Amino acid sequence: MRELVILSGKGGTGKTSLTAAFASFSSDMILCDADVDAADLHLLMAPDIQQKTDFQGGNEAIINPDKCTRCGLCIELCRFDAVKSTFEIDPIECEGCGVCYDLCPEKAIDFPVTTCGEWYISDTRFGPMVHARLGIAQENSGRLVALVRQEARKIVQKNKIDLILTDGPPGIGCPVIASMGQANAILIVAEPTISGIHDLARLAQLAAHFKIPAIVCVNKYDLNLDQTKAIKDLAKEKNITFAGVIPFDKNFTESMIQGKNIIETYENSQASIAVRKIWEKVMAQPAMNIERLI
Amino acid sequence: MIISIASGKGGTGKTTVATNLAFSLGKNVQIMDCDVEEPNSHLFLKPEIRERQAVIAPIPLINEFKCSYCKKCMEICRFGAIAVVGKKIITFPELCHSCGGCMAVCPEDAILENDRELGEIETGSIGDISFIHGRLKVGQVMSPPIIKKIRTLADKQMVNIIDAPPGTSCPVIAAMKGADFVLLVTEPTPFGLHDLTLAVETIKILNIPHGIVINRAGLGNNDVKEYAKKEGIPILMEIPFDKKIAQVYSRGELIVEKIPEYKDKFLDLFDQIKNLVNNLAKSPVKDIADKGAATK
Repeated sequence: MRELVILSGKGGTGKTSLTAAFASFSSDMILCDADVDAADLHLLMAPDIQQKTDFQGGNEAIINPDKCTRCGLCIELCRFDAVKSTFEIDPIECEGCGVCYDLCPEKAIDFPVTTCGEWYISDTRFGPMVHARLGIAQENSGRLVALVRQEARKIVQKNKIDLILTDGPPGIGCPVIASMGQANAILIVAEPTISGIHDLARLAQLAAHFKIPAIVCVNKYDLNLDQTKAIKDLAKEKNITFAGVIPFDKNFTESMIQGKNIIETYENSQASIAVRKIWEKVMAQPAMNIERLI
Repeated sequence: MIISIASGKGGTGKTTVATNLAFSLGKNVQIMDCDVEEPNSHLFLKPEIRERQAVIAPIPLINEFKCSYCKKCMEICRFGAIAVVGKKIITFPELCHSCGGCMAVCPEDAILENDRELGEIETGSIGDISFIHGRLKVGQVMSPPIIKKIRTLADKQMVNIIDAPPGTSCPVIAAMKGADFVLLVTEPTPFGLHDLTLAVETIKILNIPHGIVINRAGLGNNDVKEYAKKEGIPILMEIPFDKKIAQVYSRGELIVEKIPEYKDKFLDLFDQIKNLVNNLAKSPVKDIADKGAATK
């Protein structure tokens, strides 16, 4: 089993479009959408959902007004200011720590399990796909990311699949950390802008912190050649493999509107040829050719 | 007034709108970059930073001389941050949510709290524009406490512009809750529309007035406009899909500085937001009182 996680630090650099295009190059893989907060890969994959499961992401405190004596201990203990002066819990602020529930002297607080989203196993024209939808304004996106990747591993083990292709979330926080542990490598999709480089550098630092090999490519490289060169230089300095560049191409958006990837719609375009070269270079990396235990 | 600039999808132009809006206003305005995982506003505004403070969160510190290994701390911790095995107790600071449960429940008074650094907040200015941003320490996961700390620095006398992180989960909520207005920046593509609808659902839960800015207008299709019309959400500004603008952005420059006619467009955007907020304040909607309470 091998896993490649597509990340970017900065949002909107082309992670999902690239992940979808890569799906065309492998016949022995499973897709995994680890951007559970704002998942988009399904828009290009037309997944046929085979299994749908609730994500029980945590617990939420609820005060029973009949038992509550308004002693105020919960207000004093709650570090998240989730208990209002009216002795009601603000579900948006509640962290699910259960301190009020455990320590209420009147046992007046319930702590039911909450459903924070759903996750799916689907069939697509490229192979199986595991994806999810975090409920609106819910917590625990990191836990749902971990769950989606674990379920993908179960399918890999059962069906002897070679590769997991994971579309990751933006940023460098909780869901990103959850998306990259145990991966063979991460491919960072950078854009040649001042902010793109800033965000790439922080993500590369995170990968180094967790000792995950990083590979970088530049999307829309022709937007700013100086910045593209700066990314190449940064990669060299940080000892990160540079996998290549993709030109700006309106056909990425055009393909998106058709619900397809760019390899399906414009296979011979400059962008498609560049994407294929990057794929070949990434898959030839030593880090991508180590069998990971599940 | 607090205007939060959000999007659902990343890379749609939140920072572009936030920084250009702040720069166009020029004074009595404070930018608060709450995308603490990947803060970018400073790259465009180039502020002079005057103060830096660490954002810390407490983590348990066990006094093993007092500990009786009763496991009560392990049982109360929902985050798996304390393990007691036989006569050994281990803490996992990176899993700790700083709820204080372990300390509250310990019968031996054996738990004190130690500080863990989650990140930092820097404050400064660009001319008459006040500047605040936060930065999550690489490897840390708890971004909401940093965002909440930035939010405490909102200045009621000024227009506070929040540059929010992408997504719809806890960090985004922390950056939008209690705002007077949420400005949603989107692009007219299927991904832009899909994530916009998620962002709108989030705002509906928080009950905040909102409007849309379409960035890269001309790219993609017309579905975002149709959606906005159907939902009755005003489109307050369109920034065209233009290579010149993209290049200005790529160099870390402000559109309003390089293409001056945009200044009036951003000022017009602000007037529209102000009118929407004021009109709402005049109508006796009960939520405004709740929202005021949430702001503090």
